Amino acid sequence: MAEYLVIIFGSIFINNFIVSRFLGICPFLGVSKQVETATGMGLAVTFVMGLASAITYWVQKLLVLLNIEVLQTITFILVIAVLVQFVEMVIKKSSPVLYKALGIYLPLITTNCAVLGVTLININEGYNFLQSVVHGIGGALGFTLLIILFAGIRERMVFAPVPRSMEGFPIALITAGLISIAFLGFTGFKLNALFNF
Amino acid sequence: MSKWQIFKNGVFNENPIFRLVLGMCSTLAVSSAVVNGLGMGLATTAVLVGSNVIISLLRNVIPKEIRIPAYVVIIATFVTIVDKLMAANTPELHKVLGIFIPLIVVNCIILARAEAFASKNTVGRSAIDGLGMGIGFTLALTVLGAIRELLGTGTVLVAKDFGFSGFSIFPKENGILLMVLQPGAFITLGLVLAGINWWARKKEEKKHG
Repeated sequence: MAEYLVIIFGSIFINNFIVSRFLGICPFLGVSKQVETATGMGLAVTFVMGLASAITYWVQKLLVLLNIEVLQTITFILVIAVLVQFVEMVIKKSSPVLYKALGIYLPLITTNCAVLGVTLININEGYNFLQSVVHGIGGALGFTLLIILFAGIRERMVFAPVPRSMEGFPIALITAGLISIAFLGFTGFKLNALFNF
Repeated sequence: MSKWQIFKNGVFNENPIFRLVLGMCSTLAVSSAVVNGLGMGLATTAVLVGSNVIISLLRNVIPKEIRIPAYVVIIATFVTIVDKLMAANTPELHKVLGIFIPLIVVNCIILARAEAFASKNTVGRSAIDGLGMGIGFTLALTVLGAIRELLGTGTVLVAKDFGFSGFSIFPKENGILLMVLQPGAFITLGLVLAGINWWARKKEEKKHG
């Protein structure tokens, strides 16, 4: 149990996908203007990342078995593309409002580096099946936390007098930088000792 | 548009990082040093040119409905080639860039150029567009890398793979560690973008008097 808690907390706070690993920056900057859409995006990404981690674990096993690991990148991205298409169809049916709000960013989850990134990290770290899934979901929760936090700040920033040259991306990036400094505080945190009960 | 204009467009007017703000993940992650930025930029350029050429060649063959998956497979193929080449020839750099090399597949610039340019233009023009965009990307990464490496460590152009120990400008103890850490990436890019906006606006105002 402790090892899973370490993975979850590690991927949310210490190795946060956005501010520490730099994965998933496009949706982070693109879909973070309103808390509501940010939450929807976070949930969709969580679902895709968890599922992608689970499936690619077995895909990797198959690649190793057939001795064609060189095709890793190609097969993983295809698996993810199919998954995203599936999620898109589900959301379109179940919540047309959310579907409209996410707009172009929904199919773009395919090119969200956090998804392909988490599957590659799982393989590099040598995680087993359960660890991979937990890491996928933990990483996505970290992503969701950050994108909601950031959307909250940006909702207020709309009313702030920002210098004209700083409007849009520059001020967003600097805000992200400040959040990143806050998250630096978690580095060196001994999670193993914390959960060793 | 002449070929020179296509090239210039990619490097300056539509610079992928500074003007279009695409491919942020790899930009932020690898701009901690000049060599990392340069290596990543050249790797991306190779993939861009390769995929643009092949997609342009196949533009009348690929059915419209499945074009995106087809593009992704073509791009992933080139990424795999570049990944293996770098692992064999520049092992240090390959280790530093890590998963960001396979992640070139999901760099929005490449798919964007495939969809917006290569699928509608001839092979030669597509190759030049890929080259221009790639050089623009490399240039931006190198500039960001130089700022962060210099302010963070006091040295520029450290390249272990090529046995180059860099130029020391000021002692390491005086460097701002934050610049080479993650926050430095966000803040540097934010300030550089703001600077470019300011400059572009000033130029615009001058033009209109």
